[in-house]
Amino acid sequence: MSTQDVLLSIRDLKIEGKSGDDWLPIVNGVDLTLHRGEVLGLIGESGAGKSTIGLAAMGFARDGCRISGGTIDFDGIDLRRASREQLRRLHGKRIAYVAQSAAASFNPAHRLMEQYCEAPVRHGVMSRSEAERDAVDLYRKIRLPDPEGIGFRYPHQVSGGQLQRAMTAMAMSCRPDLIIFDEPTTALDVTTQIEVLAAIRDIVEQFGTAAIYITHDLAVVAQMADRIKILLRGDEIEEADTREMLAAPKHDYTRSLWAVRAFQRPEQPAPKGAPVVSLRNVSASYGKVPVLDNISFDIHPRRTVAVVGESGSGKSTAARVITGLLPPTRGEVLFEGDALPPDYRKRTREQLRNAQMIYQMADTALNPKLPIRRIIGRPAQMYLGLNGRALTERIRELLHLIELEPDEYIDRLPSELSGGQKQRIGIARALAAEPRFIICDEVTSALDQIVAEGILRLLDRLQGAFDLAYMFITHDLATVRAIADDVVVMQKGRVVEQGPKPEMFAPPHEPYTELLLSSVPEMDPDWLSRLLEERRHKDLPQGAEK
Amino acid sequence: MARVWRMIAQRLAFGVVTLFVVSIIIFGATELLPGDFAQAVLGQAATAESVAAIRRELNLDLPVYIRYFDWLGGVVQGDFGTSLAQRGRPVSDMILSRLGNTFFLAIYAAAMAVPLALTLGILVALWRNSLFDRIANSTALSAISFPEFFVAYILIFVLAQAGYFPSMARMPAGADLGEKLYRAFLPALTLTLVVTAHMMRMTRAAIINLLSSPYIEMARLKGMRPSRVIVHHALPNAIAPIANVVAINLAYLITGVVVVEVVFVYPGLGQLMVDSVSRRDIPVVQAIALIFAAAYVLLNLLADVISTLSNPRLLYRD
Repeated sequence: MSTQDVLLSIRDLKIEGKSGDDWLPIVNGVDLTLHRGEVLGLIGESGAGKSTIGLAAMGFARDGCRISGGTIDFDGIDLRRASREQLRRLHGKRIAYVAQSAAASFNPAHRLMEQYCEAPVRHGVMSRSEAERDAVDLYRKIRLPDPEGIGFRYPHQVSGGQLQRAMTAMAMSCRPDLIIFDEPTTALDVTTQIEVLAAIRDIVEQFGTAAIYITHDLAVVAQMADRIKILLRGDEIEEADTREMLAAPKHDYTRSLWAVRAFQRPEQPAPKGAPVVSLRNVSASYGKVPVLDNISFDIHPRRTVAVVGESGSGKSTAARVITGLLPPTRGEVLFEGDALPPDYRKRTREQLRNAQMIYQMADTALNPKLPIRRIIGRPAQMYLGLNGRALTERIRELLHLIELEPDEYIDRLPSELSGGQKQRIGIARALAAEPRFIICDEVTSALDQIVAEGILRLLDRLQGAFDLAYMFITHDLATVRAIADDVVVMQKGRVVEQGPKPEMFAPPHEPYTELLLSSVPEMDPDWLSRLLEERRHKDLPQGAEK
Repeated sequence: MARVWRMIAQRLAFGVVTLFVVSIIIFGATELLPGDFAQAVLGQAATAESVAAIRRELNLDLPVYIRYFDWLGGVVQGDFGTSLAQRGRPVSDMILSRLGNTFFLAIYAAAMAVPLALTLGILVALWRNSLFDRIANSTALSAISFPEFFVAYILIFVLAQAGYFPSMARMPAGADLGEKLYRAFLPALTLTLVVTAHMMRMTRAAIINLLSSPYIEMARLKGMRPSRVIVHHALPNAIAPIANVVAINLAYLITGVVVVEVVFVYPGLGQLMVDSVSRRDIPVVQAIALIFAAAYVLLNLLADVISTLSNPRLLYRD
């Protein structure tokens, strides 16, 4: 490509973030070149600076950040020198942005159409009526249901996947030269993700728009990008054409990203004896809304049951029933053969001790005001009556178990830990009660892949050491593949299919299981096209959106 | 919409219960006051016989619950009874003109304070941390930090001494609207100064609270002007907290202005209430207390209705 085709050229970009009174570097001198109509994938774990670079490509820095060096040239305009007013005129019109969570990024007070028309009308590209016609046209192109009517709904009346597509349509409203996609499918279920990916790719191709596609998911970016750039803590690791990068990653870090998916624990022997926990014909509802419909499954000692399903399928509700937070309307929960009281307030301390939980958001599940010593010490004190020296010894032992150096961590606050370390504290807190059974509710979904893998390995090791039974709630099938012994597939409050993992991952499948399995992105850059082609032929059910 | 009507009906029903409870509390509280009407009216001349005679005449010798239900029976039929102090004069009669005055002053002050507070609140949110923000904030804060009577005397000193506005707000009979606005200007201005700060600061806080939301960042990245980001994107989502603070302040304008009424000799309900308490004129106290409670109930209901109407997630919940 000739240099005239260059749309965006970033040289030696440096960005700093404010921490207390100091400015710490977030991005240390990254170069980036984007040609017209090209899609560049930016890959990295959290803290790699990929979103910050994406926003800098718009000449924008979030509060508490500043662009401290380098040049940003967009089609001959120096964005670092441009006035606020100049930037404002570019934003939305020539450079548009698609945010991670469409649900949070649409204004809840206005209808979709109002928000769609805002940029074209305010930037003087179209009249309101032209913009409305154009919106319906784009909604149709992006395959939203009811394209004429959907614009007149409020954001909360539209599902997450549809909102994300509506946001892509909105970004396209002024036919910009460049769109920044900032993790647009990270918050979505796999089956929904496919539709959004397909819609984004179609529309970007159709209008020849250049794009920067930011994500932490290699398999996703492989479907979307012409070129991939890999970032680590604000530095560029390597950049290459997508196929070349996938076929022959050069850098060690890149290879480690590939290898994450390789973890798989050895197959366990078939279960012997009685299950630790059993659900028997459990139904439950929130008020009058039924959420669980006649669910039964068993969890045996030393085994991990993965409960899989999309958001709203009832997997977390099942956990709430087991823990007694939500008494079921019908059915019962057995612990080692004995029925547990439906309400946790009626359970004995021993019954409570035996079932512990680890939560998705370690951030909010740990009291930010308490030091690690007290967070872990509390259950040990309450359930086991440990005190004084014995208690401290126990806390240190637990910290050893989760691979954190006791002397260094015992008196820290949660805010002084990284995401992965916080999750380890969550695990230690569950272990402190010496339970037989632990519910892991999406424990790795807020973590980067490499960190998540460490947590999975740790959980696996602890299971062997303490004969634990795990119920592992997740929507990520890669995690299921890595750690499950048995799989329970849930949809709309029902168990669609269940059985040992090898059977579940081998055909024949229930149609819904098939849909879930086939929706997991693969590293092959042709995967999405092939899958869409296959589905068109087989006429599989489309995504499970409302 | 059906949801809103249902909420209004429900809240009105609760409001009636609230008023009932308030009436019991007020009745009980006045019972706890030392002395009663008979002693208060006779003062130094009170002898056991004369006190007993007056009590008998006004049925004050009956047990408290009988007097209460007697009174309640009248109220539910729209009869607030007669004043004890002004023998035989219906309470509703005494209150009505005062009520008009109180509402006039409250609306007058609100008509100045609410637009001023909201506009200032939006402007300081837009130019947050600027010099304008600091000046507006510190001025507003000083205005509420002074006691009301002090603000009132300052205004009298500055504006009335110089002869711009009258310091006595008593209305001559048959004054037209212009005359009324002119005469009530100083008390209304005092009240405006007293309530503006609270509403302005809440507006600022409610808007700034939203500025880190993803949808605000989105609006900025769509190239919208800062003023549009604040007014079109942040404000509609900040209406609920603002409406609540405005309601509290409006209720205060109706119920809490006795000091201002006294300073400006303005014949409002607050003064009548204080006088009636000291005279132990219980029927009047009860009626005014109910009006004040109703004002709180209705204004809070109004705030909730506005919050609901401003929030599509509550309005169109399906």
